[in-house]
Formats: sequence, C-alpha cells, structure tokens
Amino acid sequence: MILCLVDNDPVSLEALTFARRFGEVEALVFGDIDVGGYVARARRVVHARLDEYAPTAWAQAVLELEPEIVVAPGTDRGHEVLAHVAARIGAPLAANVIDASVDSEALQLTRQRWGGSLLEEARLTGTPKLLTVAPHAIDAEPSGITTTVEDFTPTLGDEHFRVRVMRREEPAAGTARLDSARVVVGGGRGVGSKEGFAVLEELAKLLGGAVGGSRVVTNLGWRPHSDQVGQTGARIAPDLYIACGVSGAIQHIVGCKGAKRILVINKDQNAPIVARADWAVIGDLHEIVPAIVAELRKNGA
Amino acid sequence: MKVGVCVKRVPETGARITLTSDDQAIDTSLLGFTISPHEECAVEEALRIAERHGGSTTVLTLGPAAASEQLKNAMAMGIASAVLLETDGGDWSAEATAAALAEAMRAQPEPFDLLLFGNEAADSGDYQVGVRVAHTLGLPCVTGIKGIEIDDGRLTARREAGGGWEIFELPLPAVVTVKEGINLPRYASIQGRLRAKKTPIERIQPQPRASALETIRLVVPPEHETHVEVLGAGADAAQRVVAVFRELGLVGL
Amino acid sequence: MSTPSLPSAAQVVVVGAGIAGNSIAYHLSRLGWTDLVLLEQGPLPNPGGSTGHASNFIFPVDHSKEMTTLTKDSARQYEELGLATISGGVEVARTKERMEELNRRMSSALSWGEEGCELLTPEQVLEKVPFVDTDVILGGFYTPGVSVVDPLRAGTLMREYAQERGASVFASTEVTGVDVENNHVRRVHTDRGSIDAEAVFVACGIWSPRIARMAGATIPLSPAVHQMISVGPIPLFEATPGEISFPIVRDVDTNMYERQNGSDMEVGSYAHRPILLDADDIPSSEEAALSPTELPFTSEDFDPQLEQALELFPEILTVEGAGIRHAINGLLSLTPDGMPLLGETEVKGLWSVAAIWIKEAPGIAKAVAEWAIEGAPETDLHSADVARFYPHQRTKRHVDARSSEGYNRTYGIVHPMEQWLSNREVRLSPFYARERELDAVFYETAGWERPWWYESNAPLLEEYGERVMPREAEWESRWWSPIINAEHLAMRDRVAMIDISAFAVFDVVGAAALEYLQRMALAEMDVALGRVVYTSILDQNGGFKADLTIMRLDDNVFRIVTGGLDGPRDRKWFEDHLPADGSVALDDVTSAWCTLGLWGPRARDVLESTTSADVSHEGFPFARCRWIDVGPVRVLASRISYVGELGWELYAPMEQGAAMWDAVWEAGQPFGIVPSGIGVYGTTGRIEKGYRLYGAELETEYNVVEADMQRPKVKDADFIGKEAHVRHRDEEPAAILCTLTVDDNTSPSSGKKRYMLGREPILTPDGERIVDRKGRSAYVTSAGSGPSVGKHILMAYLPPAQAAEGNQLLVQYMGDRYPVTVAVKGSRSLFDPENTRVRS
Repeated sequence: MILCLVDNDPVSLEALTFARRFGEVEALVFGDIDVGGYVARARRVVHARLDEYAPTAWAQAVLELEPEIVVAPGTDRGHEVLAHVAARIGAPLAANVIDASVDSEALQLTRQRWGGSLLEEARLTGTPKLLTVAPHAIDAEPSGITTTVEDFTPTLGDEHFRVRVMRREEPAAGTARLDSARVVVGGGRGVGSKEGFAVLEELAKLLGGAVGGSRVVTNLGWRPHSDQVGQTGARIAPDLYIACGVSGAIQHIVGCKGAKRILVINKDQNAPIVARADWAVIGDLHEIVPAIVAELRKNGA
Repeated sequence: MKVGVCVKRVPETGARITLTSDDQAIDTSLLGFTISPHEECAVEEALRIAERHGGSTTVLTLGPAAASEQLKNAMAMGIASAVLLETDGGDWSAEATAAALAEAMRAQPEPFDLLLFGNEAADSGDYQVGVRVAHTLGLPCVTGIKGIEIDDGRLTARREAGGGWEIFELPLPAVVTVKEGINLPRYASIQGRLRAKKTPIERIQPQPRASALETIRLVVPPEHETHVEVLGAGADAAQRVVAVFRELGLVGL
Repeated sequence: MSTPSLPSAAQVVVVGAGIAGNSIAYHLSRLGWTDLVLLEQGPLPNPGGSTGHASNFIFPVDHSKEMTTLTKDSARQYEELGLATISGGVEVARTKERMEELNRRMSSALSWGEEGCELLTPEQVLEKVPFVDTDVILGGFYTPGVSVVDPLRAGTLMREYAQERGASVFASTEVTGVDVENNHVRRVHTDRGSIDAEAVFVACGIWSPRIARMAGATIPLSPAVHQMISVGPIPLFEATPGEISFPIVRDVDTNMYERQNGSDMEVGSYAHRPILLDADDIPSSEEAALSPTELPFTSEDFDPQLEQALELFPEILTVEGAGIRHAINGLLSLTPDGMPLLGETEVKGLWSVAAIWIKEAPGIAKAVAEWAIEGAPETDLHSADVARFYPHQRTKRHVDARSSEGYNRTYGIVHPMEQWLSNREVRLSPFYARERELDAVFYETAGWERPWWYESNAPLLEEYGERVMPREAEWESRWWSPIINAEHLAMRDRVAMIDISAFAVFDVVGAAALEYLQRMALAEMDVALGRVVYTSILDQNGGFKADLTIMRLDDNVFRIVTGGLDGPRDRKWFEDHLPADGSVALDDVTSAWCTLGLWGPRARDVLESTTSADVSHEGFPFARCRWIDVGPVRVLASRISYVGELGWELYAPMEQGAAMWDAVWEAGQPFGIVPSGIGVYGTTGRIEKGYRLYGAELETEYNVVEADMQRPKVKDADFIGKEAHVRHRDEEPAAILCTLTVDDNTSPSSGKKRYMLGREPILTPDGERIVDRKGRSAYVTSAGSGPSVGKHILMAYLPPAQAAEGNQLLVQYMGDRYPVTVAVKGSRSLFDPENTRVRS
C-alpha cells in the first residue's frame, strides 16, 4: 500500500496531495489534523504512550503496516521518522522530492540539493520506497473524496520510547516569528555592523514585521542565528521581503524564495539578488532606509 | 567523555552553481571548500562539551584526500584527533556513508560516548546519515538539535517546534544531529593551526556499497527571474517605496 | 526612473574604478579633460578588485628614485584628502645580510630625501613595537612617515571631484569590445551601449590585459596571489582607538608584514610559492564567494608563515580567544620586472594605467595625466613605461616566468646587478658560440645574453696584480669579477673586442628624413654622408628622452643606434613623431645587424690586417662611418667609442657575424687582442671618460646644461625641446654633473675596502644632505672602478656651490661615510682629457 505520514504541520497535506500520483494513498495520522477529502482511508494513531512525539515509535507504526511506498512531509519530523524507517529496514530514503513518477517497478524522481538551488534526477528501486516531499513543492489540494478515519494502535515496546519529547516550552509572548512574519526586513554584509541594524529594526517595527539577516551577518555575530534567513536558517514566506545590502548568495536565496514579493536595496544593481526582486532601489541603504522610515512617519505610520 | 563529530567537505558557493559538462557534479574549479554549516557548529559543540565535561574529541569525515583540509580546520579549532575515510571524491549514498562511518567508529579503540552530526549536509541534503549510524551502533538518536546539556550520563536536547521548544532526554551513549545556531563556532587560533598541521590523520579505506537510489544527473533549476522595477536611486526613491507598501496593504491609507 | 544612458561619445573613457581608475579620472579632470566617462564592471564604491582588499599602507622609501618620488607624492595626496593616518613603520632584520640591506635603505632614504629615518637596535624596536620578540631580530629601519590610507574613500572622493567637473560614472557596466581604426582607438563597446572616444585609459588591474587585447594591444601583467590573514580580537589592540596605533612591521627576511587593523593583527605574506592565475581563473562576482579578487585561502601555503609570525610576535598572536578571523588569497598584478605599466600602448590613444599598488596610485595618476595632456610627466617614468618591452617580453611564458621569479623579491634583497634566472637564452648574437668557448659569464639585457667578462681572461689578473682593484666585501663582489678591470687594462694597453649586438637599430628613410631628424635631435643633422652624430633627444621640457647615435648613410637614409634597454621606448618615440603623410619610414633593423666593438691602441693594426680599405686616421677620421670589408664580410664600420679608445663599432649582417668575429679574432692574435665584456663597455671604460648613460645620468629631470652636454651653439633648425633648451642655456644651472673620486675606500667600521655601486647619497663633510634649488638631492648616478686612474669613480649632480673641482665631500655607503673629491666639474674626461686616444 501507499502510506503517507501526516502530523499537525499543515505541510503534511501537501505530501498527502503529492502521494496521490502513485495510486491510492492511505494516511497515517499523528495528531488531530483533519485529512477529510484527501484520502479514502486514514488511520489515526492512538497509543497511551504517544501523548508526545517519539521518533522510533512513529517509525515502528509505519513499519507495522508494511507499506510499499511511504511518503512524508519534508519537515524535521518527517525526515527524522522516515530516516528511522529507512535505517531499520536498510532501504534508501529520498529526501525533499519535488517531483516523481512511477516507471514500472521504479520511481523516477527529482529531489532538492543545496536547499533547492540544485536539483537531482534519480531513480529509486526496491521495496519499500521511502521519500519525503519538499515543503511547498505543490499546494495541498483535497480531491473531494470521502474519508473514513479509524484508530490504529501500533504494537510498541520500551525500546521505542528511549527517545521522546519530555516537555515543551511555549514561545515567549510577542516574539515576532520570522517564518510566519508578513513582512521581513533582512540585512546582509552591506549593513556594515551590528549597530547598523538599528535602522532596519525601525523599518520592521513600522511595518509590523520581523528583522532577518544573511548567514554572513549571523556568523559575524551582528545578529543572533535565530534571525538568519537562509538554507541553514529560517525559510521565510512573507508577503514582502526587503533585502538590504544582501548580495544574494545561493544559501540566502533558498531562505527567501518563498517570499511573495521582494524589494531589494543595494549599491550594486548587478547583485544576484536584484534579478529575483520585484522592486529595487540602488544606493546606500544607510541613506535609503532612514529616508523610507522618515517617509513612513510623515504619513502617520 | 569521548566525543566524536562527523563532518563533510562541501564547496563554498557564491551566487551561482555551474555543473561539469556531464551534469554529474558541480564545477568546483573556481570554488573553495568548507565544512558544511551545521557540522561546523557540531564541531564547536563537541569542543564545548569536552571542555565542560572533560574528555577527548575526534573528527571524522568520508571524502577525498583533499578533505583532510576540513579535518585540519576542525583540529585547528581544537579537536584532538582526526580520521579520514578516503574515497575517490565521487558521491557516496547516505547508506554507504553511514555504514562506513559506523564501521570506522566501531574500529576505534574506545567507544564514543557521544556522536555529533550535522542535521543535513548543505549539498546533498539527505537528512539521514546520523540516524543510520545510530541504528547500526544501536544508539538512541535525536535530530535537529539546537541545545545540548549533559548531566550525569543523561543528555537533554532541545529543538525548535511551533515557535517554541520541544525537549528530549536520552541516555548516553547517544547520537545527536545538530543545526546551525546551536552555537557560534570559534575561529581557529594560530597555535591550533600549527598543532593541527603536525597532527597525523588516521586514514581508512572505506567499503563502498550500492544503493537502490541512483543519481541520474544534476540540473540547475531555471532562474525564476522577475521583471525588476527600479524605483529609483538613493534616498529620493523613498516616496515610491512607501507607495509600494501602500499597494501591498502593509500600511494604512 | 531610468538609469542615465551611456553617452555616445566622450573625449576620454577610463575603464576601471579601483584606486588607479579613480585617481586617473581625478587628475585628467583636474588638468582639463572633463568630458570623461568612467566605466566600472562592478558596483561602487567597492567594485571587487584588488583595491578592495589590498594592503593599504605606504612605505615611502624604495631603492628606485622614480618609485619613491611617486610614492611620496601619493602619500601627500592621500594626506590632503584627509585619508592618511601616520603610523610609522619598521623593517626588521633577522640576519646580518639584512642589516646590511637596512643600511642601504638608510642610504636611499637620504638620497631621495625621506626625513627622519633611523636605524634601530632591537631594544629601540621594542620601544616602538612593544610586542615584538627582540631575541629574533638584530635591528630595524624605522621610517616615521609610513602611513595607512583609505583607498576606497580616496577613490570615491577623487571620482566625485571628476563628476563635479562633468565626468559621468557608470557602474555595473562591462566593456565588451574596443574598436581601433588606423591603429588609433575609436570606440568602446559595453553591455550598455557604445562610446566613441579619442583616448581610453585602461585601469582595470588584473583585468587590464583582457581589455587591452580587445584593442589588439598588450598590457603584460599576471594576476597573482598574495595571502593575508587577520587574527583577533587582540586585547592590546582593542584598547587603542582607531585603525592603527602601532608602527607597521615588515619582517622582510621572511617576506611578511604584520600590522594592527582595528582589533586584529593583519599578517600578509609574499613568501609562498608564486601562485599565478590565468585570466580565465578569475571568478565573476557571481561565482565568487567574497569578490573576484578575494579567493579561497589555501592554508598549506601560509602555514610556514604562521610559524615565522609567531617567532616575532609570540604572545600577541596566541592571546586567549584570538582566532584567525579572516583569510584570503588576495589577487594582485605582477609584471615581468616588478615595475608598473604606464603610458600609451601599441594602439594610439589607448593608455595603460595598470599594475599599480595603492601606495603609488595617486602619484602615478598625476604623472600619467601630465603625460597624456601636457605631453610629458614631471617625473621621469621611463622605467615604468609600458612601451619598454620587446615582443619576446610580452609572451605569456616570459610574463609568467619573471612575474613568478620576481614575486618573492617583493621584500627581497635585490642586488643592483642581480640577474634573472628564468627564461634565459632567448636572444643570442652570432658570437654566442665563440663566447661560450671562451668561458664568457653572460648577463642578460633586454633578452640578449651578453658577456659581462670572460673567465678565460683570468691569467690577466696575474699580469695586472693589484691594479685590478680587487674587492674584499661580499656585497660589491657579488655579480662582479676583478677580471672586468683586468680586461679594461688590457684594452687600454692593447686592444679588445666587445660584443655590443644588443643595440637597437632603426633605419629612417625618405625624402623628408633629414627634416624629420632635425626636429627630433638636439644636434645638427644636416651633415655630410658618412658622418656619425652623437646626440641627445629631448622632450618638450628640454629633459633627456634618449641618448644615441645617428649615422647618415645617404641623403635620405639615416641609421639610429640606441641602447638595448632603450630600444622599444625610443622606437615608439620616433614612430610617434613620424610625419603623418608617410614621407618618412622607420624600419626596425635590430635583428638584421650584429655589432662588434674593436677598441684599444692596437685597434687600427688589427683592423688593417682584415681589410683592404684605408683605415688610417686621415683615411677614416673619427665620427665617420663607411662600408669596408672585414675578412669575408662587408661591414659598416663606425669610428666612435664609448670606452674612450681608438676603434670602431663594426656592424655585420646577423648571419655573417661569426665570420666577422673569426676574422677579427685571428687578426688580433699577434696584438694580444682580449675579448672583453660589458663590465668594461658599460662601466669602467665609459666612467673613466665621464660618458653619460641614459637612465643613470640622463633622464627628463635633468637638462642638457646641467649634464654639461650643450654644444657651442644651438642649431638654427627647430627641434623638440628647443625653446626649453634655449632657456636652460640662459639660466644658471641648478646642478652640474660632476665626476668624483673616492679618496679612501677604507670602511671606518670594518677596516675593509668598500666600493659603492650607485644611488648612494652625497653629503657635506658634516654629513648633511645636499639639495639643489629645484629640491633634488645629490646622489650617485653611476659608480664603478677606474682601473686606469686607480680610483673608484662616482658621478653625481651637485649644486654650483658644491660643484667645484677639488671640493671634498662624503658618500654614505652601508652605514659608513667615505671621503670623495670632485675631480671634474662637467663633462671633461678624467682619463685622457684631451681625447688623444680616441682621435689617434
């Protein structure tokens, strides 16, 4: 059977949509997410000890169903659980697939390298076939099918709970989350110093957005790593990303390509990031950003 | 404590990737190389743990002979010893890499108390080598970690989830894959560099393995080029910028 | 808004907005060329070229007068812009040999007028640089005037100045082609449009060869790596304000420098193996992780330097928490001889402003702007003239080989006579095989292998004993042999044959040839056929542009003969001034003729026995040239002598040279002919006669009267520099070229006899510098043994007050001062002042 792992992250529904191309998909649901309209059959995992996440337990649940194909979202958990599945049975795992098709006994697939800046075309054979789907490779789209949900209690032992979430810490109230912010004002090497970010913070505040930074500035210690927009930082998807003094290295583009629109402020009109922008202002950000801030204040922002 | 950390040699890219003519690899002729970002933090974490709890550190890599550069860099930061699983430089699958690493770890005179990996390598992005090694060695494993504390033989690891944190606990020995942001790696000191230069690297011939996931070719995705509207030069463009904000509904009328 | 579009035409286009491009745009604007377009392929203010990362400090003292002048002027310009911070600088010595070299630096400081320099003991070095390990050093040379500058800001200010005066600047604009018509630059193509231009200045650093090639011109440089790291944070540096509070240290023996940069110590190296890049290896700014000229650091190349840096700065570099925070293989431009590439290229209107360091850029730009706009620079730039290269010196093989070899000389101890080892044996005269059989020791000039002396003449040492003025000290014995002086004495006693094939020879032909040469030369050129004229060639300011001989072979045929080193530049000068109507043609016949010099009291005897021609004094007077048979070869014989003896220059067709050599050799045996080298021809022979040498005594900064080379009358015909020359004749010269002799060569400190090699300062008996009213210091322009007069001879320009025969002065050499006497004021010969030998 074709099994898709689904958890509370809405990105799971994209994976579920993706999995349909292989045939009839059954969902293995962890948590309360509603998969109505996506699959005919869904199994909701119910287990006394699974009040919290435990990777090997989830993997065991997958394995118990003896699927031929397993699809999971390309999230921390999706990767982790399928990696466990793969390691248990000695099968390969194709991570962050963006396209796939069945070719007799094999899957022809395209997956991401370098966070998506490079693509790999590959061929997956053997059984079972394990893959995670890159977030936002496709949109989640229910097919309208009637969904039957049943409980499923996997057989688990102590060894499956060696590693589990012991507790959670909720986010501090009021922290602007980079990956959910509507507007992000990002700064790169061109900002020049830690202090140079003050003016970007002003702008972000006026727009109700969050401040981000390129990997260069987080490595230099000008911003904390939690502000990093990039392949090894946050992947943002704001309505508007304002990139100030950022040249546009590949790993940064990976982080901000989800932005709906991009405004670039840069001295160099040939900077790689300009080609990906919707708007550009060419010049010194330390003159331009304060001018924008002033203009916003003038307009009563 | 015996702490091991695994790193991968990856190219240091700029703003564009070019492929070799056979589309099988990146053209690295103009590029420098580095330790993959998550792993650089893993190296730093290994050093901090050994400093805090006492113990030794070892860095391992599976890669071409030139990867000794990355091992030297890790040693220059302070890692005590290094192991190179020397390949001919071609891509190795995650399964083959993990199997070779696990074998090398087993062959060490003392077992590791803690093995650190990067969450995923910047280039291949497979997200699985650490987990596979853990399984082979029969060790508990947690991934994507941004904070580690060790107390009395137990490891507490935290990772970001839903804007907050989920906290795991696992017994040592264990495998942890970390993400950049867990710390800010130190710069190598001159003394470190000189010591690293003199420290011999253990070399091992790893066994390659076939994989049922086979690369056919690499493709540079077409650039999503937008039509850029230049709003102006310098501070004079501020008005037009605010007009754009208004258009997007980001500021009131 | 639309970015302003490229104008379709401009008077001048400057390509490149690094320190060179910005500086030249500024100076061209300042001198009136305001219709100027500046193009830059990268963004501003930092386009990503060498300027963006290169070491930004200025050590003014160099052994080259030209470079010191340009560097000091640059330092002044940076200071005027408010962008210089004086830090001082110390060059430290780890070896005795280096301590000697520091003495030479001290001498050069005096010669070129850099005030306040001193030699320091290790303790004194420690006072200035409190974190140095004195155990490792023997001393230092301190230059208080060393400064650190901001080249990006300076470039911006200079560029803005030009813009205020009408220049327009286009960044992110790549030059894609250059159109040339009738060998004149016409148009520059870019990815944003094309501009017609009358003059184009290529100031693109490592990209300059590529742009030049688009126009069919050559700018011979090689991009090469210079490694730098930054170590920090260093608490001692963090505690001081600003960029730099401690002197910069040049650890020259290890080819490294160390300097404070904010809270870090920057360590740079020129010690590693030369890493030369191909133009294709330069990444674009998209491919580069940092910038196209900041390449990934190769630590294996730098590791040895780390150890050496630690020896000198053991504590500060290992302080807790200090790490290597930045490390690059930076790219810079290297040239085959280490000098910049300036001036008009093979393509008219296409100027090179390349291979320039930050420390000298504004000064160079000023000089090049003067050159382009006024016709001549104030500072003599002949050593940096891009036209100085022969075709073989523009080959990639040559450029790479010499750039590589020269790289490790950046802080090296370079002997004035030091020979290159790479790419030798490229130009061989037909006498080469004979010379090798005679154990010639070959030095290279302009690619030619020339015997400097012959080891087979060693028996002459016994013959002449102490008269060969043997040398005891290592430095001046290096690249020298007492055999040179023995050959000299043998020549003056009997006769010598000297290979002088390295001459560059040009034939000037045409109905207007005489008219043309009248205009070019100081001397009267309307002479009888068969006359040889020795003449200066002046620039518009009356300074020396060249020094050569011209033979009138026929009514409309003249043959110019000039020194090998000067050939390409002289050729360009003559070609540039040919009449536009094609009525005069200039033919480079250098490779058609080889030349053998035959001089000495028995020279006529030798020549007579090879020829049926009348070579008696009456039959073949001095300063005449005619065709004669020499053995089986038809030879153009020219009776002149740069060594002050009776004799001839014998010009044979290249392929018959060996036959001529054999004929002369055989004929010379009964007279004890001695094969002699350039040691005699270029130094001992001519210095005893006070004959001037272009590039040593003669350059644009001194005029004919100061060199005491004026003729009795100024010719009626007009010539380049006439107006200035006439003016010079009317004024009191600010200095007069003198010949001095060293009274006592004994070193006060070692007791050994020491012999100066040139460029040393001449001082008053109180040890003060001697400066003429034009601000020029007195220094030794040429030095050499005078075996026939038994003295070591120096030449120097002295102000009138000091230029009195018998006046006693001092010369400073290797830290000691030696008494010298003015033996000749002016151009009279020390040896055979009546010229009886030459005219016998």
